[in-house]
Amino acid sequence: MAYVAIADRDHEQEHHDPQTFITKYIWSQDHKVIAVQYSITAIFVGLIALGLSAMMRLQLGFPDTFSFINPENYYQFITMHGMIMVIYLLTALFLGGFGNYLIPLQCGARDMVFPFLNMLSYWVYLLSVIILLISFFVPGGSTGAGWTLYPPQAIMQGTPGTDWGILLMLLSLAVFIVAFTMGGLNYVTTVLQARCKGMTLMRMPLSVWGIFIATVLGLLAFPALLVSAIMMLFDKTLMTSFFMPAISSMGADPGYTGGSPILFQHLFWFFGHPEVYIVALPAFGIVSDLLSTHARKNIFGYRMMVWAIVAIGGLSFIVWAHHMYVSGMNPYFGFFFATTTLIIAVPTAIKVYNWVLTLWQGNIHLRVPMLFAIGFIFTFIHGGLTGLFLGNVTIDLPLSDTYFVVAHFHMVMGVSPVLVVFGAIYHWWPKITGKMYNETLGKWHFWMTFLGTYSIYLPMHYLGFQGVPRRYFSMGNTEFLPESAQDLNAWITMSALFVAATQLLFFVNVVWSLMKGPKADPNPWGATTLEWQTPDTPPKHGNWGHELPECHRWAYDYSVPGYEDDFIPQNVPADKAPAGREHGADH
Amino acid sequence: MEIGLIALAIILATLLGWLLKQSFNTQPWIADEVSATAHHGPLGGSSNTRLIALLTLLAVVTSFFALILSAYALRMELGDWVPMTEPQLLWSNTAMLVLASLAFQWTRNGAVKGIGSRLKPGLVVTGLLTAGFVVGQFVAWQQLEASGQFISSNPSNAFFYFLTGAHAVHILGGLYVWARATARVMLGTAEGAAIRRSIELCTIYWHYLLLVWLILFGLLLAT
Repeated sequence: MAYVAIADRDHEQEHHDPQTFITKYIWSQDHKVIAVQYSITAIFVGLIALGLSAMMRLQLGFPDTFSFINPENYYQFITMHGMIMVIYLLTALFLGGFGNYLIPLQCGARDMVFPFLNMLSYWVYLLSVIILLISFFVPGGSTGAGWTLYPPQAIMQGTPGTDWGILLMLLSLAVFIVAFTMGGLNYVTTVLQARCKGMTLMRMPLSVWGIFIATVLGLLAFPALLVSAIMMLFDKTLMTSFFMPAISSMGADPGYTGGSPILFQHLFWFFGHPEVYIVALPAFGIVSDLLSTHARKNIFGYRMMVWAIVAIGGLSFIVWAHHMYVSGMNPYFGFFFATTTLIIAVPTAIKVYNWVLTLWQGNIHLRVPMLFAIGFIFTFIHGGLTGLFLGNVTIDLPLSDTYFVVAHFHMVMGVSPVLVVFGAIYHWWPKITGKMYNETLGKWHFWMTFLGTYSIYLPMHYLGFQGVPRRYFSMGNTEFLPESAQDLNAWITMSALFVAATQLLFFVNVVWSLMKGPKADPNPWGATTLEWQTPDTPPKHGNWGHELPECHRWAYDYSVPGYEDDFIPQNVPADKAPAGREHGADH
Repeated sequence: MEIGLIALAIILATLLGWLLKQSFNTQPWIADEVSATAHHGPLGGSSNTRLIALLTLLAVVTSFFALILSAYALRMELGDWVPMTEPQLLWSNTAMLVLASLAFQWTRNGAVKGIGSRLKPGLVVTGLLTAGFVVGQFVAWQQLEASGQFISSNPSNAFFYFLTGAHAVHILGGLYVWARATARVMLGTAEGAAIRRSIELCTIYWHYLLLVWLILFGLLLAT
């Protein structure tokens, strides 16, 4: 063979071990360090966004009580909360954080294929975060256009932050997209090219599958956001009329000619809907691995799970206009998008059934990661089913501007992925740090978060059915609402503050584990995937010592009959263990 | 949005075809002998890693331009659109970009066949022609502005500036990589295989951007 695959090359990278503190932890090219950098930055901005949501809830639960919350900064809180959570927290954490950590380790590679580009990706991401945070402090404050940044109001006088806030927001998004593209090229190329010997595509753990397809979606969808951000920047600074209609603002003519705000919505949601799955698919993959590992049972229907991920990824590109029913559209288009939206429920439902069937007759260990994974199944089914409601044009129209939608997308896109994030952190923590955490504290964290979030979002559905409008600073003329709606709002606020406070348990656990946590076993859960088979815990630079692993089996050989342990790692050869599950042996 | 969707469908179908080939009829739960090549990517082993990365990047750029064109098609239908007269200079710019692509191909063929004497003149000529294209585009902008055709004059103008600008930025990105390769050839600091690989990849990028330009130019002329 004329070429040598990366995985076939021997330990040539080992001689480049970083020496100083700076090259090891700051300007690091090691995917594991970059993953941690990404995660810490993402969680940091996520906490800011959590604080913003607490401010919003204070206003909604107890209107006219807090003098420091006025309508302008309420809108700024909404906007920044949404944008940070969706892009700067979840996308960055799942792909930059878990993608970076898991892809090379689970594929049996020493690092990403372009380590320098990978490092650059993190630093450009950090730059985008800094630009975003600066926008809080510029004259006029950050933008209050809503996280969807719809024109014309996003750049018209009267909306908060139209001087500097919106410019910095668009710039920050453009920089983020550059960072993501650098990272994404790396993830895709690494998955395609740097898998270890024997690691065929269909032996990859589902975590890698989810991250891989999500990255493909991101690479193809983020350009839509980039295009719309650039065009809006032009509309704002150069007075073009891509999106800006002929309009008068405060009695004056700003000089725009007949642009199309709907065009922006098309571009935005062409990115915005795949974005849902950019966050969801890695969560799907990770949760599959968590369930299988902690139920000591192979994932039910592995191939179906892979193809469901691929199908969801493909379908996610042809459902975007279901976010635009209230903008008005040809009824045939509405029918088309409603149909595709409902079709996407089929592969998604397959995944849910398969998760539940994986648990069926499994040897379930209710450890902390497993609790979060099972909690995810609940919240995801819940949020997914309300999605089926809203996918229909006739149901969406009356509900679209109510709290029903807030409840829906927070269940499906807020709570569910965050539960997976926590599950994944608890699952891989021993490998990342080499330390164990406090199991009891972790369980308290789960139960309070899980029950607390239900206490927030279940009542919100009810408020939505009653017609409580979303986006409003205060209710105004809403005599049709009973008094009790406000009581419910107060209850939701108290629950939200409670859930926010219980996240302290997580950070206490993190600090306790790092300071005093007992040393972790290299493979505390008895997991099969390659990252648990590294010679060192935490893995050193280059991951695998002198020899790269060879993969001999899929990632789900749990409880194989005739084998002593209840798991067979992927790098155990076929002649050292039973040859997997033959047809009919255990099905 | 049809243009965006069609581009996307082609990209996804390519990926899907390969995935199908990899996964069809496999039985992942069977542990067996380690195959020497089953873990390789769609184009083989590591010598193609950079090619895979480049093709992935081109897919991203395709999505970017296809989406601008989708927006173009949607915006064009609105009432205030006045077709623009393109500067004649674009024709000579186009000729320069075509020649740059041909020169790069000639250089690449030389590198592949081991004709080392072609590298320096080939790279220099390619660079000059490409830089000429970028300068020419800039001059075309100035001609337009001199005749009162500003970016905010009409949506067709705005798209013209946006499309040509976005394309020129991609060319400049290519010139950065070209400059690095050329410096290595001039200084003789890199081995032949690495240079050849670099030139091969650059050539693909140049052809791709030429194709993008021809599509953009054709569209600008036609509307």
